[in-house]
Amino acid sequence: MAELQFREAIRAAIDEEMAQDENIFVMGEEVAEYNGAYKVTEGLLDKYGPKRMIDTPIAELGFAGIGVGAAMNGLRPIIEFMTFNFAVLAADQIINHASKIRYMTGGQIKIPIVFRGPNASAGQLSATHSVAYDSMYAHFPGMKVIYTSEPEDAKGLLKSAIRDENPVLFMESEQMYGLKGEVTDEEDFTIPIGKAKVKREGSDVTVVAHGKMYHVATQAAKQLEKDGVEMEIIDPRTVKPLDIETIITSIKKTNRCVIVDEAHPFGGLAAEVGYLIQREAFDYLDAPVQRVTLPDTSAPFAKNLFDEWLPSANEVIDAVNTVTYRK
Amino acid sequence: MADKKNEAQEEIQFTPSGTGIRTNGQVVPSTELPSPTRKKHKSLGLSEDDVVDMFEQMYLQRRFEERAMQMYQKGKFGGFLHLYMGQEAISTGTVYALNDDDDIITAYRDHGWGLVRGVSPKAGMAELYGKVTGCSRGKGGSMHFANAEEHFWGGHGIVGGSIPLGGGIAFANKYKQNGRVTASFMGDGAVDQGVLHETLNMSQNWGLPCIFAIENNGYAMGTAVHRHSVGELVDRAKGYGMKSMVLNGMDVFTVYEKMKEVAEDVRENSNPWLVEIRTYRYRGHSMSDPMKYRTKEELQEYEKLDPVERIKNYLLNEDIIDEDKIGEIEDSVEDTVMEAIDFAEESDFPDKSDLYRDVFVEDDYPFHT
Repeated sequence: MAELQFREAIRAAIDEEMAQDENIFVMGEEVAEYNGAYKVTEGLLDKYGPKRMIDTPIAELGFAGIGVGAAMNGLRPIIEFMTFNFAVLAADQIINHASKIRYMTGGQIKIPIVFRGPNASAGQLSATHSVAYDSMYAHFPGMKVIYTSEPEDAKGLLKSAIRDENPVLFMESEQMYGLKGEVTDEEDFTIPIGKAKVKREGSDVTVVAHGKMYHVATQAAKQLEKDGVEMEIIDPRTVKPLDIETIITSIKKTNRCVIVDEAHPFGGLAAEVGYLIQREAFDYLDAPVQRVTLPDTSAPFAKNLFDEWLPSANEVIDAVNTVTYRK
Repeated sequence: MADKKNEAQEEIQFTPSGTGIRTNGQVVPSTELPSPTRKKHKSLGLSEDDVVDMFEQMYLQRRFEERAMQMYQKGKFGGFLHLYMGQEAISTGTVYALNDDDDIITAYRDHGWGLVRGVSPKAGMAELYGKVTGCSRGKGGSMHFANAEEHFWGGHGIVGGSIPLGGGIAFANKYKQNGRVTASFMGDGAVDQGVLHETLNMSQNWGLPCIFAIENNGYAMGTAVHRHSVGELVDRAKGYGMKSMVLNGMDVFTVYEKMKEVAEDVRENSNPWLVEIRTYRYRGHSMSDPMKYRTKEELQEYEKLDPVERIKNYLLNEDIIDEDKIGEIEDSVEDTVMEAIDFAEESDFPDKSDLYRDVFVEDDYPFHT
């Protein structure tokens, strides 16, 4: 085992894959000369040269489209967005082209491409820099969506994403890049896309949390443990395809569920998981499913408002107390 | 102040309207055609058989669409049907100018492109009918003909969407150093999309071996080119220091000659070009278009320049083949098209299980329910 920062785990995944397949290249803003806006790709220009580490102008739609075209024609692009908040400008290429061209041409074309970068909020950056996009992209068929919470998951799943023959969106977080975690030394370690992980076992309540919210859930678990409440935390890791079976298995044990999601409440992962739970485990529930999400309003700048806006451990504790009828 | 309110105010116009604008009501074509080449086939390096084949290819595209239009009007199939009629010299001349493994991508007016790049009339007609025997297994329809094996990367339905895809295909060719040239076609309407700017900028900066070619048929749907875009379309190239050219798209020899020159330069120097090919669309934007935005006289002017008639007359005037042989070719093409219609009608629709086929590469993907 080695202790790696999140950014180091992502870099290791990219590096290992680039070393074994010369059709893989990285393209995005500041990925090469600058060594990565968040230092994820640090050192890769020196190692792989300017043919495979390509700085782009600030033109998300254009370079996303060039990436899709390159993937159609036999390459395996890793397209970095400085944040998925900026990838909104590239949405036509992701949603209308990457995810649909194979289908519309009757399977003649494959598009093995990874779009990656940080997702959701990163502190006080106001409304346009703070949105979680994983649920939005998961809405559309034809692409896979991953949003991991820990370095080992990031490494194993990014390697799988790069090897996948389909478009994959791989999401990270500015605020987690420095987070350290144990990463296995196992050679060529990968994690299959679409598998959730039970990250904390407990018998009282199932909490579903991914990405940055996983860490909010673990804070809540530590507090509740003192009160004798044992949370079972499930990290879906992959948003689409969603491993609902692991969640349902846990609920059949705990009979209660709270979903923590850094998206807005309408139509997000929390809404979808909530629906699936009532369909698959209706008779097992001892309380209505609760969710902790962003409110239905945009991110404010002011510190006090921002803290109010972002889901917190206290909100998770309140939700757990509600489903366990402790208040 | 009250007096001012009563003054007759000049009417504000954001975009002038009416078919007679710019011309005081006189008929002026929506685009001005540059002169066609004066060269004959021999000096262009084309054999007599090549010229006969060009005619046959162009006549096939024309007849295929005329019959498709009839079938559409009879209600044989649905969806959109954007016809290429009038523009066949561009697809044919370009395919002749490029190598067989050079890459072509275009927008939704794609039937002609498919037919000259290996989509058989049967597979094309079946695609219009939404049958499983169609070139895209009935999943794409009129706007999404494709034959990736022969480097035709498809029709694409989002205006401007295929522009960066062409750049990306060219990027991959340069990356692999395989010497292939990409031709990324778009309509005049796509020139106004922001993605053109992004793609041209990166293509010039990175020396992508790509010809960005505008088929300027005078109208973005129903909006005349001078109403939707400022200046000359080709002048967009200036801002990027990109090589550019305007050419006559109603003459297959001109398209062949110029696109060959451009392709050779791209292959040799790995730099992009912006080419504006002026042409005319005989039919409406789609089948539901009453064409009130243009005059009958304008259409008639262009019909006099018909590219299919032009190559036919060349064959006759140069004594390459006679009227009888022309008749034979036309009959043979007609038979081919009618066989394609029979084939499409007799083919099966896709199986229900095809609904989930080709969403992902693997066939065991756990679809959400």
